[in-house]
Amino acid sequence: MTMTESTGATSTGTPATRRFTTTDLALVAAFAALIGAAAYVGAIPVGGAGVPITLQTFAVMLAGCLLGPARGFAAVALYLALGAVGLPIFAGHAGGLAPFTSISAGYLFSFPIAAALGGFLVKYVAGPRWKTSALAVFACSFAGSVLVVHPMGILGMMLHQDVSLATAASWDTPFWIGDLLKTTLVALIAAEVHRAFPQLLHRR
Amino acid sequence: MPAIELEAAGVTVATPAGERVILEPTTLSLTERRIGIVGPNGSGKSTLARMVNGLVAATTGRVVVDGLDVAREGAAVRRRVGFCFTDPAAQLVMPTCVEDVELSLRRIERSASARRQRALGVLERFGLADHAEISVHALSGGQKQLLALAGVLATEPSVVVADEPTTLLDLANTRKVADVLFGLDQQLLLVTHDLDLARRCDRVLVVDDAGVRYDGEPGAAVDFYVASVEDRIEGRVGP
Amino acid sequence: MLIGIYQPGTSLLHRLPVGPKLAALAALSLSIVLVRSMPASFAFLAASIGLALLARLPLRMLVRATRAVLLIAVVVAAFQWWMFGPHRAVESLLDLLALALAAVVVTATTPVNAMLDAIIRWIGPLRRLGVDPERVALTFSLAIAALPGTVSLALETRDAARARGLGRHPRAYLTPFVIRVVGRAHETGDALAARGLGDD
Repeated sequence: MTMTESTGATSTGTPATRRFTTTDLALVAAFAALIGAAAYVGAIPVGGAGVPITLQTFAVMLAGCLLGPARGFAAVALYLALGAVGLPIFAGHAGGLAPFTSISAGYLFSFPIAAALGGFLVKYVAGPRWKTSALAVFACSFAGSVLVVHPMGILGMMLHQDVSLATAASWDTPFWIGDLLKTTLVALIAAEVHRAFPQLLHRR
Repeated sequence: MPAIELEAAGVTVATPAGERVILEPTTLSLTERRIGIVGPNGSGKSTLARMVNGLVAATTGRVVVDGLDVAREGAAVRRRVGFCFTDPAAQLVMPTCVEDVELSLRRIERSASARRQRALGVLERFGLADHAEISVHALSGGQKQLLALAGVLATEPSVVVADEPTTLLDLANTRKVADVLFGLDQQLLLVTHDLDLARRCDRVLVVDDAGVRYDGEPGAAVDFYVASVEDRIEGRVGP
Repeated sequence: MLIGIYQPGTSLLHRLPVGPKLAALAALSLSIVLVRSMPASFAFLAASIGLALLARLPLRMLVRATRAVLLIAVVVAAFQWWMFGPHRAVESLLDLLALALAAVVVTATTPVNAMLDAIIRWIGPLRRLGVDPERVALTFSLAIAALPGTVSLALETRDAARARGLGRHPRAYLTPFVIRVVGRAHETGDALAARGLGDD
């Protein structure tokens, strides 16, 4: 096997609409499966203190930062759809529609949007020059989390339980520590994978 | 036999360290029924094979199959050229065997029931009829490669390109897959590390360092390749 | 390994088509969240239990499917008790139970394939926006086919993390895991293109 950059479907047809190539479809499917697998295995210990973190949101933001906004959004949406139809790939081996009607539904719905925002920032703001810098990826991924995941999670809890913004925000606070750890992990790993596959984010 | 023509076709890629030549401009006319390609890892032989159906686009020159330009009529070329990969697990994408063959037939057989009949017929031909409804993950390595081949041949292409199809298989399965490949009516372009298989071809290309270094009768070509490898090993570890 | 929630059966709920079932679930869920009153909460929970009985779902399966959601519900109820008193806490717990139960009933009475077929059917109108339902269906199949392999790869990764103790940084095993996933996806993409699936 050669290490030539595989062109997948070298779009020899009409590139009028920027359609997903077969490689794009395979990547979207692979990352939907990766998020499912990460959520399925549960928590892993991180750092010297061994704080356990669940890998679900890690994998969600990783999909965005590696695949960019369109494919990142598609991969996360596909993951949610696979969980919704009944595969046990949500946190805690849950599956089906129950998580979508639960108090944490806001977080679930935020995932594709957060991945798209993180991916957009890595692709267009960090760009080819900075996407291999862990610090830059950290900033992009954290923006997705701060601007989308937490606000939508809080909003979901406010609507669901009819509580004030302050109350819902206080329920959200404990998630921030894990979030910082996960974002660090996303940044380190995305930067390395971008180095291994320089063409992954910038299609054609 | 259909003709595969390479007209000064080559591939270079831009890397941060500058232009890298994957395959230097190559001119070939391949009309024999069974053509072998041998050479070291990373020599450019996979790239040569992949140019034939447009999986890798030539950056200079052009590739023509049956009079069709691969760059301009890629879809038509891919209908004529079937491609078999090293790792069957990567190309088997549907849950069950029959569904995987049906996937290949999707474009040429619109009716679902006709498609199922035809897929079952193809599985029958490859001795996989009993496995039609079985998960592709339950197959052995050799069966997986046979199923991958069934998926490729279902659409009756006129050329089959196989990129190291037996590298991951044991001896018995290598023989089985090779017998299927060499029994085909189609033209066969076989990239392989198995020199016994190379000797069974009608013509063998030796690819090394991004170019075709020998082109001719299988026995002589394999001898050339073995000699070049021995030279290199001696040059490196000799006195 | 991946045990779904679906329970084969022949009850009325099993025989209902997917569309009406999902619409009913959406309506019920919305009512549960919007209507704030203790009697209503009891009524909604009773309705959800009634549906579970109608579908003849085993108790053990219901507990397994709602475990994760129930844990959160108890924590939330505790919070509510502390901040607003027992009334809010009980109402909240009843609502969350009813929501989880109703959703599980729909999932447990609908085969995964029926759900998938419905999704593919519903995105048909998006064809105008350039979404090809057949390619979406293919991507679903690809992801489902990739799941078992990716899960075992992820389990290996986690075991490696544990075996090495906690001192090693997780990137040492997560990076190769992700690189393998990307590499495999590229091969699959090539194989699909070679089969002409990128051409139509």
